[in-house]
Amino acid sequence: MMSAPARSHSFDFGHDRHLTALLCSCYCCKLAGSAVGRHFPYTESSMDDILPPATRQPQAATPWNYKLDHAFDEMFAAQNELREHYGPLLEHFTALPQDEVQRRKQAADLSFLNQGITFTVYGREEGTEKIFPYDLLPRIITSAEWSKVERGLTQRITALNLFLKDIYNEGRILKDGIVPREIVYSCQHFRRQMSGLQVPRNVYIAVCGTDLIRLENGDFVVLEDNLRVPSGVSYMLTNRRVMKRIFPQLFRNYNVKPIEQYTQLLLGTLRSLAPEGRPEPNIVLLSPGVFNSAYFEHAYLARQMGIELVEGRDLVVHDNVCYMRTTSGLRRVDVIYRRVDDDFIDPLSFRSDSILGAAGLFNAYRAGNVTLANAFGTGVADDKALYAYVPDIIRYYLSEEPVLNNVETFLCTREKERNYVLANLDKLVVKAVGESGGYGMLIGTQSTAKERELFAEKIKANPRNYIAQPTISFSRAPCLIGDELEPRHVDLRPYVLYGDKVTIVPGGLTRVALKRGSLVVNSSQGGGSKDTWVLS
Amino acid sequence: MLSRVADSLYWMSRYLERAEHATRLLDVNLNLMLDESPTSSDHRWLRMLAALGNPKRLKWNGNPYELARNLTFDTSNKSSVVSCIIAARENARQVREQISTEQWQKLNSLYIEVTRPEVKRAMQIEANAESGEGPTAFLQEMMEAVHQFQGVTDSTMSHGEGWQFIQVGRYLERASGMRLLLEAYHGDVWSHPDRVPEGNEYLDWMGLLRSATAFEAYCKVYTADLTPERILEFLLLDSEFPHSLRFSIDSLQCALQAIQEKSGKTRAEELNRIAGRLSASLGFASVDEILMGDLVDYLHGIQRQCQAIHQTIYHLYVDYPIQAALAG
Repeated sequence: MMSAPARSHSFDFGHDRHLTALLCSCYCCKLAGSAVGRHFPYTESSMDDILPPATRQPQAATPWNYKLDHAFDEMFAAQNELREHYGPLLEHFTALPQDEVQRRKQAADLSFLNQGITFTVYGREEGTEKIFPYDLLPRIITSAEWSKVERGLTQRITALNLFLKDIYNEGRILKDGIVPREIVYSCQHFRRQMSGLQVPRNVYIAVCGTDLIRLENGDFVVLEDNLRVPSGVSYMLTNRRVMKRIFPQLFRNYNVKPIEQYTQLLLGTLRSLAPEGRPEPNIVLLSPGVFNSAYFEHAYLARQMGIELVEGRDLVVHDNVCYMRTTSGLRRVDVIYRRVDDDFIDPLSFRSDSILGAAGLFNAYRAGNVTLANAFGTGVADDKALYAYVPDIIRYYLSEEPVLNNVETFLCTREKERNYVLANLDKLVVKAVGESGGYGMLIGTQSTAKERELFAEKIKANPRNYIAQPTISFSRAPCLIGDELEPRHVDLRPYVLYGDKVTIVPGGLTRVALKRGSLVVNSSQGGGSKDTWVLS
Repeated sequence: MLSRVADSLYWMSRYLERAEHATRLLDVNLNLMLDESPTSSDHRWLRMLAALGNPKRLKWNGNPYELARNLTFDTSNKSSVVSCIIAARENARQVREQISTEQWQKLNSLYIEVTRPEVKRAMQIEANAESGEGPTAFLQEMMEAVHQFQGVTDSTMSHGEGWQFIQVGRYLERASGMRLLLEAYHGDVWSHPDRVPEGNEYLDWMGLLRSATAFEAYCKVYTADLTPERILEFLLLDSEFPHSLRFSIDSLQCALQAIQEKSGKTRAEELNRIAGRLSASLGFASVDEILMGDLVDYLHGIQRQCQAIHQTIYHLYVDYPIQAALAG
């Protein structure tokens, strides 16, 4: 934790007395409702002492949109009450002249463009490349907050791995009636082919990206577990690199925990999963190819780890051994970090119309000659209906209380809860379990009576397919919008690795809904990202 | 190196070489057109199409600007210049992490430039008015961009296996383009050795040399005194000029040997043999002997050997049967 500077605020910001009499440029003076309020964070020698109240400019002269609402704000505890760990950031930022801020913003954009951190937008004009929107202000998490998140995520991935091992083998948790059989077996990501299979080190989920949000009381809760092929980690790494270049001094003063070791840790995790008797395993990253929107990330990770980026057509399976085609002949592959969904990975075992995988790969996997990370069938544990059982799963396997809670979830398969959902459709968010990206969703507060009626029918027809959650306003963090700081909703996706042990690089990807009031952080719908600083 | 990567680099390079070659032929012929009567022009444009291998969908209809436009921009024609650039860029995109950022940016900006609709429109207006300077400036830019790409490739990419595959693609394409060019000119230049020059062949011969950027280099060796035998000797057998057939084959063989050393293929004997034989036969050939025989036959022979080299490369490095690879 950094110590707060002991100097007075007005001195620190370098106000010139004559100028401030006309226009105070510091952000704290522009806060809504701060006309007669205290100046933060250090009130001993505030503007009130320096200037007679009559000379102050009215609010209208300084456009300022930082208005708090009921959502948790990352920077302000209350109106005019700055959270201590955001002090130096706000101070640094306020001291920068406006054109300097814009210059640094442009430098950051250019840096992304030059590094090729772009996604391709296909339309009539072929090959228009856009950068992933990026916000200049870091999101700051204190070390106490982080250690709880870290404990919670470690607990969660451990329990979910045990759960996967259990349901694909003995099924104790099903026999004991903790999780209903029908929830597991009716899940579209349940893979019967995995039954009775011993996976290396019993690790099903080697890489996961869990979406966390902060409730109004500031508690981190889990919104979603992504246990199949989570993406976005390349943005976490490149955001940091750019941030260090743009704000070196600020970064140093903050004592931020490093994240650059991620690729090395990922490589180590993959290596630890290699089949027995392969001391120098050949590790590859399997990508669906250049048309996939995450292709940049695949290429980036492969390059950073120094492993080969392969596509399905590069792989051949012969006698249950997987090889890649190289110019010097076939080379055996031991570990595949796959970024291709279960369905597409082997046309013989899964979807027969897929050309993204390699025929026979699943058999090679079954035979133990090649490891895939993540394993097949992990999607059953991030099913939206199963999600509601995760706290019970944690209690069952670890005999511990969950460190990180779930968002309150109503399962439409349970009669009582279904009745509650049907009676309160106008207040709840209803989600289809198999869908993602905002499809098949009803946001009660923004819906029409007709839509609700339609959804009620759907829920009654297929209760297994629907869950409901209360409308939650996740926390907001300051973002640079134009020339102003404005609050925007953010989530957090830390990346958890599980090989020999669980490792989580401190931080993750903070996604921002850049549109005012929006809760959608998805990049295709006006979302962006920002660097996440975990303090040491 | 992955076979797929080698394949993409090879084709990226071939397509760029092809685009450059077509651009140059077009540029040279548009220039020559200004100096001659419309009657002889039919013959020359048909000959240019023959030198490009008579691309499907491309017909001579008497309007050189229309032909130029189609040859440059018609993306329904796979051998148009823009089609080649698109194909090259697509191949580069698939191996984006294997080439340098500088290479990618150069190729990508060329691609963005040639696919801008305004460029096509501007060329159309000029062609209709026949008043503007014509597409010459655009064609010059195109060739420059390809040359810059080659320069950037040489100075920013490791000269490892991938770079060698780029060389293989470039020189195989260049050899095959030169073979077609010589064949197209055969009827006019070498088929009647006893014919006395009428005096107006000079422009035509100069055009042939320019089509291979060889005019200045030729003059340094033989002075500006152009004769059919010397032209053939220079374009076919010169050991130092980078567009001569012999130079292309020598470079090709060099790159293949480097690849073989790097990939440690023991089964590369066949490839060595055919590439080495072709290289040696060009090294020890004499132009008089070639002209005494049937030149077209001779050129066809070279083409067959180039094809064999291409197939053997594929069989060895890219599309090999699994059983053979497992055996050794």
